[in-house]
Formats: sequence, structure tokens, C-alpha cells
Amino acid sequence: MESQKKFAMSPSILAELGDAVSETQIFRDEVTLLCPKHRLLEVLQALRDTQQFDMFTFATCVDYYPGEPRFGILYQLYSTTRNIRVRVKVMLSGNDRSVPSACSVYHAANWPEREMYDLFGIHFEGHPDLRRIMMPPGYEGHPLLKENPAKVEEVAFSFNRARAWEDKPHPQE
Amino acid sequence: MAVREPDQQIKESPGSVVSAQDTQMDITLDQLRQLVSPRALSGETMLMNMGPQHPSTHGVLRLLLELDGETVVSCVPDIGFLHTGIEKTAEIKTYTQGIVLTDRIDYLAPLICNLAYVGAVEKLADVDVPLRAQYIRVILAELTRMSSHLVWLGTHALDIGAMSMFLYSFREREMLLDIFEMVSGARMMTSYFRVGGLWRDIPDQFADAVRQVLKLLPQRLLEYEKILKENPIWRERTVGVGVISQADAIAWGMSGPSLRGSGVNYDVRKAMPYSSYDHFDFSVPLGTHGDVYDRYRCRMEEMTQSLKIIEQALNKLPDGPVITDNRKIAPPPKHEIAYSMESLIHHFKLWTEGFRVPVGEVYHAVESGKGEFGVFISSDGSPKPRRIHFRAPSFYNLQALPQMSKGALIADIVGIVGSIDIVLGEVDR
Repeated sequence: MESQKKFAMSPSILAELGDAVSETQIFRDEVTLLCPKHRLLEVLQALRDTQQFDMFTFATCVDYYPGEPRFGILYQLYSTTRNIRVRVKVMLSGNDRSVPSACSVYHAANWPEREMYDLFGIHFEGHPDLRRIMMPPGYEGHPLLKENPAKVEEVAFSFNRARAWEDKPHPQE
Repeated sequence: MAVREPDQQIKESPGSVVSAQDTQMDITLDQLRQLVSPRALSGETMLMNMGPQHPSTHGVLRLLLELDGETVVSCVPDIGFLHTGIEKTAEIKTYTQGIVLTDRIDYLAPLICNLAYVGAVEKLADVDVPLRAQYIRVILAELTRMSSHLVWLGTHALDIGAMSMFLYSFREREMLLDIFEMVSGARMMTSYFRVGGLWRDIPDQFADAVRQVLKLLPQRLLEYEKILKENPIWRERTVGVGVISQADAIAWGMSGPSLRGSGVNYDVRKAMPYSSYDHFDFSVPLGTHGDVYDRYRCRMEEMTQSLKIIEQALNKLPDGPVITDNRKIAPPPKHEIAYSMESLIHHFKLWTEGFRVPVGEVYHAVESGKGEFGVFISSDGSPKPRRIHFRAPSFYNLQALPQMSKGALIADIVGIVGSIDIVLGEVDR
């Protein structure tokens, strides 16, 4: 962990991004840039073109329920030439689950955005192929939202068969 | 060329030969138009399904191939058949219980997944790991990398037609699995690393067993080279196949040997060393052409480098504890519980509630056999994570498959899929 510290990113180089970045958070030497959603593509474009963040590491979504704004969409970038990482984060309200797609800036955003659409129901405007990716065709709902409790299904034995089957999403017969 | 009888000639939709139902995907005809060329809808090219039950897709990968004769026009991977909801399950497990889930992500390299996960929690909780534990982690991670590469080598060669390679590489893998069984009690689902160190110290026979591997494997690797390296059939099937350029490989977020085969020098062990990788001297093999053969060469040479790291770590292995003495994170030793009230309380708290970590979000990446395996944790301060996301290298490497297979022959698809070394447990999570 010690060795990772010297690769931390200096916040000063982000001055160039100007007011597109509303807040800079640093936790455990990891830099997170918060930006409003209408300026997301602008920030990503600037990081890719002027700051050499050429590699798209991953993107994911965090559900902060019951907090508001409820969703955080994160894009983690890496620069192969400068050997540093940065995270760009957009906060979304629970009532407005749409964000511009980053596919036009990073090709690699395609599948992660489909995954967020599938598991969280976030709509990515301008995504070339927004379909479910993990869940089966015809599945309803978005499993990683906090309103779907993660729970263990009761195993059906002869003594509890009726009760156990009540709990299953697709009851017997 | 897909030849059709005149009476089957295609009319424009809705009477088109290709319907959304034909593809069995959750897809409308309009979406299908985005994915394949217009020639497929007019019947000039053929849409063909490959997988998910196919021996050369390394699990349950499904590909929708558009073929012009034997040439692949476009390739649409369809994943999710092995989705097990690991990220959702992790939200109801404490940080210690979560280790067990990580074995199941990349089940061919469980110890590296363990290492990424405990590394992320250690970063979040700001825990220091004793040096002995770090070195043992390195030895086991490198043995895991070799066992993962051996499975890749065997199955990849089998796909292309070199049957005997499979038998040899699985024979050697057995030696490595015996070592994992010796330290953790399980061949594959090891769960050996703990937050702050290791579950227990290595047994006495460990060093001898590893030295045996160090002695045997170099000559076995030479045998593998004799079978494949200059084999004309192997070279015909791999050289110049599935080429991806340096810029494309970066743009698609590829990592690991699949990225280094294109000549990009990015290895997390070198770029951002973790677990004392900076104490060891090793090099990162790079390819130049970005084809199947170069990716094969990168992995073969990586195995030699792994042996080099293991030897150094074993020679320098320090004495000392194997788990942190921070009692808020690691359980107290059994004998202490008998006479210390405080230890008993710690033990009770750890096994009932788990430990608490600060509020925050961290990302920690390690180099797995497939590429950059990362763990992102969002914590709300409770003993269970708010959200865990696993950055699976195969997920991003597989995303580049359409790019690599454009214009390839259909027979080469199995070679290209094999060369990016996917594990579907990791792709679908």
C-alpha cells in the first residue's frame, strides 16, 4: 500500500478542467472528480485528450439509497503514459435516472454501461446498443437496486415445502 | 456465400428471413440492425449461432456470427449465462465472509482474486500486513498465475488441435493444486488470505513442495516449447490471426497478456506494485504484432518470470507473524482467549458483527493471469459493504473480440477466443 502512495495524482493539474469539476475528493490517495451530468462528456474528453488518460479501467454505479442524490455513476480512468488513475463521478437523483453515454469518448464504456442499465436501470442517452447484458431476456426489474433485498431462499424439505415454495419467484406449477 | 433458393429470397421486414426470435436474444429487429450488416437482413450473409454449449467457448459464452462464406463479417458476443449475482451477495456478507465469494469469480485463479479483495479492504481499513504474509501471498499468487496459464495453455492448444498439450499441462497443474491444498485445505476454493494477513502459517512441507516445482517446471516448460513454439501447424493457425493494434487494445480497456501481446507495457505488478512486488526482480514480456501467437508467447514467458519471482520470494522469506496484530481486524490467537477478557470480546465481536471500516470508496487492482483484476468497494461505515464491484479483466478483454475477429475465418474464432483467455465466471460474475 505504501508503494501506491507515490502514484497519487496531484489535484493541481486538474485546474485546467475549470468549473466543469464541481468538487475534488481525495480518499486513500485516490482522486475522485465530481461533475454535473451535462458536463460529463466534456470532462472525459478533456481527460482523454489533454491529460493522456487513454485507458478506461471500469465504470460502475453505486446506489446510495436512502440518500439523495441517490445514484453515483463512476468512471475509473488510467493513463498508461503517466501511470496515474483518476475517477470521475456523476451524482444522479432517484427521479432522473439518465446520463449521457460515454461510448463516444471511450469504446470500452459500452458493456459497463449496458451492465449498469441492466442491474440498476440507469438510462444512457446515445448508447449504441442499450440492452440487458447479465439478466435473462424478459427479466423484469433491476436486481442491484437497494429496494430488492438480497436474501437467502429457504431450501425446500418435506416439512417446509409449502412455506419454502411461497417464497420462490416462480412458484411450483 | 450463403446460397438460398429463389423462393426463399428475402423480402424486407416484417417478411424478412431473419427475425428477432431466430436469434433467441432479448433483441428487437431494430436493435439487430445496429449489430449486423444490412446484408445479413437481406440474406446475403448468414447469421450463425455459436454456443453457449460449445467446447471451445471456455464456458457458456454465446457468439452470434455473421458469415460471408467462411469469413466473419461481424461477431456479437452474448454473455450473462453464468451470472450468479456475486456483487449483490457481497452486500449481505461481512468483509471476512466476502473472501469466500471471491474464489468463485475467477475459479482458475482463486488466490489472486482473494489477494485483490483483501488488498482493497486493507486499503479501506488502512491495515498493514506483515512482510512474511506479503511474501507468502506473492509466492501463492505466482503459483496461481502459473496454474491459470497452464489451464489456458492446455485448452487453447486443444482448441487448435494439439491434444497432447492438454494432458501435459494438466499434469503439471496438479502439482500446483496440491500445494494449494497443503496450505488452505482446498484445491480450488482456497479462501486462504485474510484481511491483514493469512489464515494460518504455511506448513513445514511447503518450501520443499515449492522447490520441487521450481526444479521440475523449467524443463517441463522447455518440453511445451518443443511441442508448440516452432510447430508449423501451430504457427499457421496463430501467426497473424486475431490482430489488434496497440491503440485499439488500449481503447477497448484490455489488460494482461492480451494487452501486452500488442506491445503495451502495462503490468499492475510493475506499474503500481502491491504486496511487495517491488522487492523482486522480474521482467514483463511484451509482444509486437498483437496476434494470437504473440499473446501465446507472452503467457509462456510470463511463466518463466513467475518461477523467478517465486524463487526470490522463497529465498528471502522472512520469519515473523503472518497476520496483523490489530485486534480490531484480525482475531486473537486461540490461547489468548482463554485468559484475556479483552481478547474474548474481540473474538466475539469479530465473529458476530465483523469489523467496521471508515466511510469511503477505494479501488485496488492486482495483476491476475488474465489482466488487471480490481475491486471497488463503497463503504458506509458498517461491517458490510454498501457496494462491491469487481473489475474483471475477461469482461473487458472479451469486449474487444468483435474488433479482433473482424475479417477472420470462422475456424480461427476458437483460436482468438482461446487467446484472450476468458473465464466466464469472471465475465458474468
